[in-house]
Formats: sequence, structure tokens, C-alpha cells
Amino acid sequence: VKPAPFEYDDPATTEEAVALLADRGDEAKVLAGGQSLVPLLNFRLARPDRLVDVNRVSELDYLRIDGDVLRIGALTRHSALERSADVAARAPLLTDAVRLVGHVQIRNRGTVGGSAAHADPAAELPVAFAALGASFRARSTAGERTIPVDDFFVTHLTTALQPDELLTEIEVPLPPAGTGAALVEFSRRHGDFALGGAAVLLELDDGACRSCSIALLAAAPTPLRARAAEELLAGRKVDERAAADAAAAAVADVHPTGDIHGSSDYRRGLVEAMVRRALLRAAERAREAA
Amino acid sequence: VIGASLPRKEDGPLLTGAATFVDDAWPPDALHAHVVRSPVAHARIASLDASAAAAAPGVHAVLSAADLPEGTPPIPMRMFHDAPLEGYLQPPLADGVVRYSGEPVAVVVADSRYLAEDAAELLDVEYEELPAVTSPEAAVAEDAPLLHPAAGGNRAASFTIEHGDVDAAFAAADVVVERRFEVGRHAAVPLEPRGLVAELGDDGILVVRGAAKIPHVNRRILARLLGWPEERVRLVELAVGGGFGGRGEFYPEDFLVPLCAVRLGRPVAWTEDRAEHLRASNHSREQVHEAAIALAADGRFLALRSRFLNDTGAYIRTHGLVVPGMTAALLPGPYRWQAYRCDVGQVLTNKTPAGTYRAPGRYEANFVRERLIDEAARRLGADPVELRRQNLVAPEEMPYPTRTHLDGHGVVYDSGDYPRLLDRAASAFGWDGRRAERAAAPARRRGVGIAFFVEKSGIARWEYARVRLGPDGDAQVYSGSASVGQGVETVLAQICADGLGVGYDRVSVVHGDTAVVPDGMGAFGSRATTLGGSAVLESSARLRTRLLELAAERLEIAPADLVLDGDRVGAAGAPAVSVPLAELVADGLAEEAVFTSEDMTFPYGVHAAAVEVDLETGGVEVERYVVAYDVGRAINPQLVEGQVVGGAAQGVGGALLEELAYDGDGQLVAGSFMDYLLPTAVEAPAVEVVLSEDAPTERNPLGAKGAGEGGCAAAGAAIANAVADALGAEVVRLPLTPERVLGLVREGGRG
Repeated sequence: VKPAPFEYDDPATTEEAVALLADRGDEAKVLAGGQSLVPLLNFRLARPDRLVDVNRVSELDYLRIDGDVLRIGALTRHSALERSADVAARAPLLTDAVRLVGHVQIRNRGTVGGSAAHADPAAELPVAFAALGASFRARSTAGERTIPVDDFFVTHLTTALQPDELLTEIEVPLPPAGTGAALVEFSRRHGDFALGGAAVLLELDDGACRSCSIALLAAAPTPLRARAAEELLAGRKVDERAAADAAAAAVADVHPTGDIHGSSDYRRGLVEAMVRRALLRAAERAREAA
Repeated sequence: VIGASLPRKEDGPLLTGAATFVDDAWPPDALHAHVVRSPVAHARIASLDASAAAAAPGVHAVLSAADLPEGTPPIPMRMFHDAPLEGYLQPPLADGVVRYSGEPVAVVVADSRYLAEDAAELLDVEYEELPAVTSPEAAVAEDAPLLHPAAGGNRAASFTIEHGDVDAAFAAADVVVERRFEVGRHAAVPLEPRGLVAELGDDGILVVRGAAKIPHVNRRILARLLGWPEERVRLVELAVGGGFGGRGEFYPEDFLVPLCAVRLGRPVAWTEDRAEHLRASNHSREQVHEAAIALAADGRFLALRSRFLNDTGAYIRTHGLVVPGMTAALLPGPYRWQAYRCDVGQVLTNKTPAGTYRAPGRYEANFVRERLIDEAARRLGADPVELRRQNLVAPEEMPYPTRTHLDGHGVVYDSGDYPRLLDRAASAFGWDGRRAERAAAPARRRGVGIAFFVEKSGIARWEYARVRLGPDGDAQVYSGSASVGQGVETVLAQICADGLGVGYDRVSVVHGDTAVVPDGMGAFGSRATTLGGSAVLESSARLRTRLLELAAERLEIAPADLVLDGDRVGAAGAPAVSVPLAELVADGLAEEAVFTSEDMTFPYGVHAAAVEVDLETGGVEVERYVVAYDVGRAINPQLVEGQVVGGAAQGVGGALLEELAYDGDGQLVAGSFMDYLLPTAVEAPAVEVVLSEDAPTERNPLGAKGAGEGGCAAAGAAIANAVADALGAEVVRLPLTPERVLGLVREGGRG
């Protein structure tokens, strides 16, 4: 398992990086933490002619709270997100999510932007971004644009990023104080990609759902917002029964892809259970926060 | 120092990075080999054109079957030979037909592995695909495509082991449980994959580094395949990152890499990558049983029978009939049976060839038998521990002839107090209290399972050792055994220290170099201590006797009154009266011994597991794991415990996680560590070891029985019984993947 030949550049600035992508974007791949790309290269499943290694672009390595928005530079390592007290306090869903990403070594190397751009629907951060309603800033030599999460994830391993665009930042609107958050998943081993899961944000008003956001993990080709379930829950007291109803609604039209670790039917049932558990945990946390 | 948990001699070099693994031994001018493997499971090779690959940058050679020396034989069996199997052996490179995805088709040798892999993409092979056989039952179906039509059908061998009137016993039984059981294909998967560096020296001797497990045996095989005298081949064992049965057998690469080195006159290195390892190294464990147990109403076991197929993949490899032979010989376990029958089929499929893996054949057998017993217990309303106790062979019946046999030798259990060990295990586990416990959280349920097993140790019945004492009082052990990470140097040094009467720190152990150790059998089947250790003990004792006789002559003191004390021999209790070794044996003194034991020894043990099952995810958590194991005599108890803990981790992996699954086209779909799931530190249970030395064997002078495999042997059985207990459902298939467990949840709900 050795990669096919490729050319290699390691620009030091965003500007240089996007210039390289403008030049040869169609044939190039951006290398960040390499936790997904390098295995694909070694198995020769990905054979880009050129790698644009952005690890030296340190200007993209930051975490910043800007009013009611959390700004995550694309090169931020998972471990930085995991250790951020601000994130834990203001966007604990991301803390829940990032703790479930791989193992320590993977989180030390893997980047938040890389995880988003790789767009694996079984990955935790994309599903958390879906629940949070994040936006994605991309730059090219032509300029900059912001892509809302519903448009960003196109399908399995595919985003709306153009070949000449570099993901630079993820903008996360911070949930109001008192919001309960939970990301719950099931994987065969600690650190594996989950077979199913759910991310939930829940605001309670006297025990009843004031607002909620539910996103499903490994249920569809992209992270999937379960809007029918969210609507069903609106105004209802969030108890076992309501959570079960919402979970059933969440997977009513879901057809996960099966593999040797679980069939589509198994995974649908699993996602349903995870939605229920995530809702109950989020409700508990919302009550604690109140 | 026998019996003391001394620190391992191996650890210093390993922990300081001084140990040399095969990848550390690449000569600077080494070329690198890459094996091109079949992408399909079964096909005729219509054409093979290597010209573009051979012309690629940095390429020195491309070899396909047509380039092998005329008359190169297939890789022979080294154990359990059986003439009808000869036609099913694997050629080093596919010759006209490929029979599994991953079969070597060509070798590319280049300046680097990168260039070799680039060139491999230019190899032009046209495959005319044939239908693939992907399960043992499909293999023996009437219209199954044949893998080796010239040799015969897909059932390469059949045999029966039988005693008593099985049919009559079943007819007279009050309770009969009959089930179909499946054990999933999984494999040893050591931390370090295989690797070799081969170099033809100026002296005409071919040196192959990276040997493991059985250097002397593989030297013989390599010489035979090359058509060379053995003296021109030297195998050298370096540090080895785990064996477990899979690593160290003679594989196609063990011929191809040396052949390339000979052809090119340059050192050639090859390291198996992980994706290769999962398709190329021996698989194991895949069996399908139709098995039944017959009992009297009072719980007495009457008879046991099984008809099973062992899926050995596309070729017969070095192990011949070892795995199914072990299953058939040891399926009866520790119990008394009036009658027993096992009908065995060794079956070919278009999958990676299979061989042994820690507790080969027994992991499978223990699962089948112990599941049947638990189902019978449920039927009778009996406690699983009590039902087992009632039927155990009693200590006073030892030695106990099972009336089964293994490779022509009758299986006679040497010693054991089975009821006592069962009591100790049940008490350590807290069986009675735990059984009463039930579900903790609403969506979870708890269960407990127990399994008793008899292991075997010390197969291939001799080992060589030479012990030398230098004039400085340092001793060297030259052993025919091998290190696969088990601590053999430590154990042999302990034995030598006691046998010779020298300090442990003064003993060093040499093994694994065919130029230094004249002969040996190696390390497999839990034999290194029992046979290798006994050979060291005998040669140490002989050396001591000779040494004291020499000193007795010099000092005119009876040998019985003399002691070896550092670099002198002197009178016991009168240190002033002594002679330095440098005077007595100026060039040192050595003795050798070949220890032979016609019969194996039979350690035995109990696994007990407590699990919690998530009724919504199908996840199984092992909450508690106890292994009680009687090894007769533990030379180094800490190493025995380590063996048990590691074995249990592997066994639990096979019970819950690991499965080399294939699709209907014969493609391995668990071909990387993304999908082939080994237990990590999180999934491996904390294992509590009850080490027992109740029943030393009389079949070797140490009294020791092999300790290598008992930690693994009954893990599938114990976990399966615990999950069955939790769910009130019948577990008939391993591994217990979450989806299969959920199926059992539904089944249990109905029951």
C-alpha cells in the first residue's frame, strides 16, 4: 500500500493555497490532517496528480467566539476543539461530537475543516454542524463565499466546494443559553465510525419543547436534519413517549446504506434508538441548565 | 528459580528499541519485492504480459509462474500429511488458474516498494472468471464448481472418529439437543506482519532473515523447493511481533523472495502490508457443525456427535488436516461419554487458505459442545455448573483414555482434577450470586456463561537443546525452539539456571538461527516450554553431572558433595576447597539432548463471562471475565498469566468482533482494519486469572503443560453462553455481531 506518484506543494498562506488550486484545482487534492486522504492514497483509491498540503497555513488554525457566533478555522485540530473550554460552555454539542472522533492520535492530527470537507455522513462533526445550522466559508482566487450547511453537504463524500475553492472557516451560530445538547451514537468499537447516531439541540419551556434541532448520523448520504420529528415535538412535553414518537418520525423516510456491520433495517432501528436517547439526554441537560 | 515470576530477558532490548525486527534488517542495497495478487476469486489466466511492468522505471525483475524453475513443487504439508491432499497444495505462483482473491500471480522486484507497486499496475493479466464457491456447504453441493478437478472434489478429505454405539445412545436418551453451529472465519493477525530479507552470500549460502516459529522446518522446505542441499540455506529468526499460529508457516513468499535474491544476486526485502496480510496469511476457524448431545433425564451425558465441514479455503497449506483433526479429537472435552462420533470434511472454497490460529480446532469445538450443554441444561432446568460437574471425568480416572485420536496417536488425558478447578472458577467468578442478577437499565440485560475445556500441548514430539558452560561461569542455551513473543528465552533460562545450578542472570539463550542451532522443531502448539524446556533441563542436568565428575576427580571429593558457585566448583559448605572453571574446563563444556515424548499433555480450564447486552443496539459489553487454567507447573507464573490474558482478548475478539467476511463473488469484504475489527484496550475485558497447578504431568520432567492457548480456547463458548443466558435465546453462530444479537433479542422475546 504505497501511493501512486503525485506532485506536492506546501503553501504557507491561504493566498498561496488558493493560487495553487486555481492553477491545477481539478487535478489537486487538499491535504490537511490526512486522516482520511492518506489511507485513500495508500490504497490507490484516490490518485490526485497534486497534493496541496495546507498544514503550514497557520492563519487557518483558530477558534474564536465572535458575539453569538463561533468561528472555527479550517485547520483547527480536533484536539483543540475538544479541549476548548469556550466550546464546552457555549457549544457543548461540538464537544460531545469531537470526543467521539476516532482516537487521540487521530484527533491530534485531524482537522475540523478536513472532516467537513471529507463529508463522511458517518462522521460526527458534520452531523453536529447540521444540527447547529453552521455555515462554511470558502475562498478561491475569485473571492469568498459562505455556504449554508443544507447546501454544503451534497452527497456521500461530496460537498459544494469547487475544485479551486479552499474551505477556510466554519461559522457556528451559538445556541441560546439553557439549550440542552447531546450527540449519541453506537459504534462497534470505541473510536470506530458509528453505525448510527443523532445530534440534538433542545430548548425547553417549562418542560415542553420550545425549539429543537435533530440531525441524523449515518442515516443518509449526508448528515440529515429530521424536520418532521422536530415539528412533531414542537410544544410537546419531552418525555419518553414524546421522544419515542419523534424518533419514529425521524426515521420514517430514512434508508441507510447497509454493509457487513449492519443492514439498512438494522441501521434504521439503531438511528431511531439513538434519536430517542439523544432527545432524552438533551432534555435532561436542558433541565440541568435551567 | 523455576516457579518464580522473574522479569523477562526479552524486555530490555524490546523496550529500549535495541531489538531488530525484519524491517530493521534491510541491507542498504536491498531491492524490494511486491507480490501481485489476483483481484478475483476464481478465474483462468487467459494471458499474462509482463513486458510493460518489466520495462517500468527501477524494475529489476518480474516473475510469473512461467519464470519459476521447471518442476518447482507446490508447498508441502509439514504436519498431518494425508496423501489424498497432495493434489490440493498451493504452487508458489498461480499456474493457469487463480483460486482466491489475493493469490500470488507475479512478483515485481524494484529499487523501492513504491516503484514496484507502480510497475505492478502495468502487469497485464487477462482473467476469464469462473464461478466462485464461497461457503463450505456450497462447496459440497452436487453441482458445485470444482476448485481442483484434477485432484478430485471440493471435499479434499473425510474421516470419522468414533467409539461406542452412538445411535443406540441417542435412541435411549431422554433429552436430545441438536443444532447447526457456525464459527466465523477469523485469523491470528499479529501486530507485526510477515517479512523477509533474502541474500545470497559470496560463500554460496542463501541467508533468509525474518524466519519465525519453525526455522529448521522451513529451511528444509525452502531447500526442497529450490532443489538445493539444506547446507546452502540458512534461516535466521529476528525479533518477532507475534505469531499465534499464522505467522511463520511456509507461505509462497517464503520461496519467492529468496528465489528473487538468488536470481538477481542482490538482497531482496519484502514486508507484507496489512491489507496483504488479511488476504495472504492463513485464515482460520471457519466451521459448520450439525451437532447433537444426548442425555438421560437425571442429567447424565450419554453421547455426543457432530458432522462438520472445515472451510480450508482454496488450497491445502502446511497444516494439512491439523485443524479439523484437533476439533474431532478434542470435541468430547472433559466429560465422560458412552459414545461419540465425529464425521469430518475438509473442504475447499475460493477463499484465502486456512491454517492454525491459537487453540486451532478447539475454539470451534468448545463453542459447539459447551453451547449444546447449556441448551440441555436449560431443557432440564439444571444449573449449567452443576450439570457440567456431574459429568466431568473424575481425578481417580486419570490417566483417562478418551478413545479419540490425533494424527494416529490416541488421546489419553494425563492428569487433572476437573471438579476442583470448576469449583475454584465458579467461586472466583461468584457464579451463584451473579446468576441471580438481572437487567440493570431498562434497555439492557445481563447474563453469565461458563465453559470447560481440555487443551492439548506439545505437539510434534521432540525438541533439541544444547547447553554450554563457559570458563567464566556464564551459560548459553542453544534451543531448537523459537520466540514468538511468548518469553521463551526467559523460561528456558530459568530452567537452565535450576538444572545446571547457575544464576538466572548468567544464562543467555540462543535460538532461531539454523547455522548456530543444528536442529529444532520450533514454537507452536504450546510446545516451547514442555518439550523445549524439558530438552534444556535434560542437557543442563547432563552438563552438571559431567562437570561435577570432572571436579570430583580433581578435588577428590564425591560429586554429591560439590557445588557450582559462579566460576568455580567447590565443596559444599567449604568454599576454600575449590577449582576455577577456567582450570577445569578451559574451553567450556557442553552437553546436548533431544527430549522426546510420545504423548502430548492436556492442560484444562474454565472460562466464565458476565455480559450486558443493549437490547436496542445489540451491543455486548463484557463486564467480567475469569479464566481458571491448570498448567501442571508454571515455570514463570506471570508469563502464564500474560498468555491467558492475551489469549482471552483474542478469543473475545473472535466471539464478538472479528470476521473475515466474503461476498458472493468471493471478495473479502473485511480487507482492512476499518472492517476487520480487533478488540482494542477498551473492548478487551479485564481478565482475572486463576492459575492452578493441581495436576503436574508425568509426561515430561518439568511436570509442565503448555500455557499458550487456554486463554483463547473457550472464549467463544463462554461469551456465547453468557449472551444466550442474557437473552433467553439460542446462540448458534459466532461472531455475535450487533445485528445478530438483535435477532436473538427478538427470538428471546418470542421464547
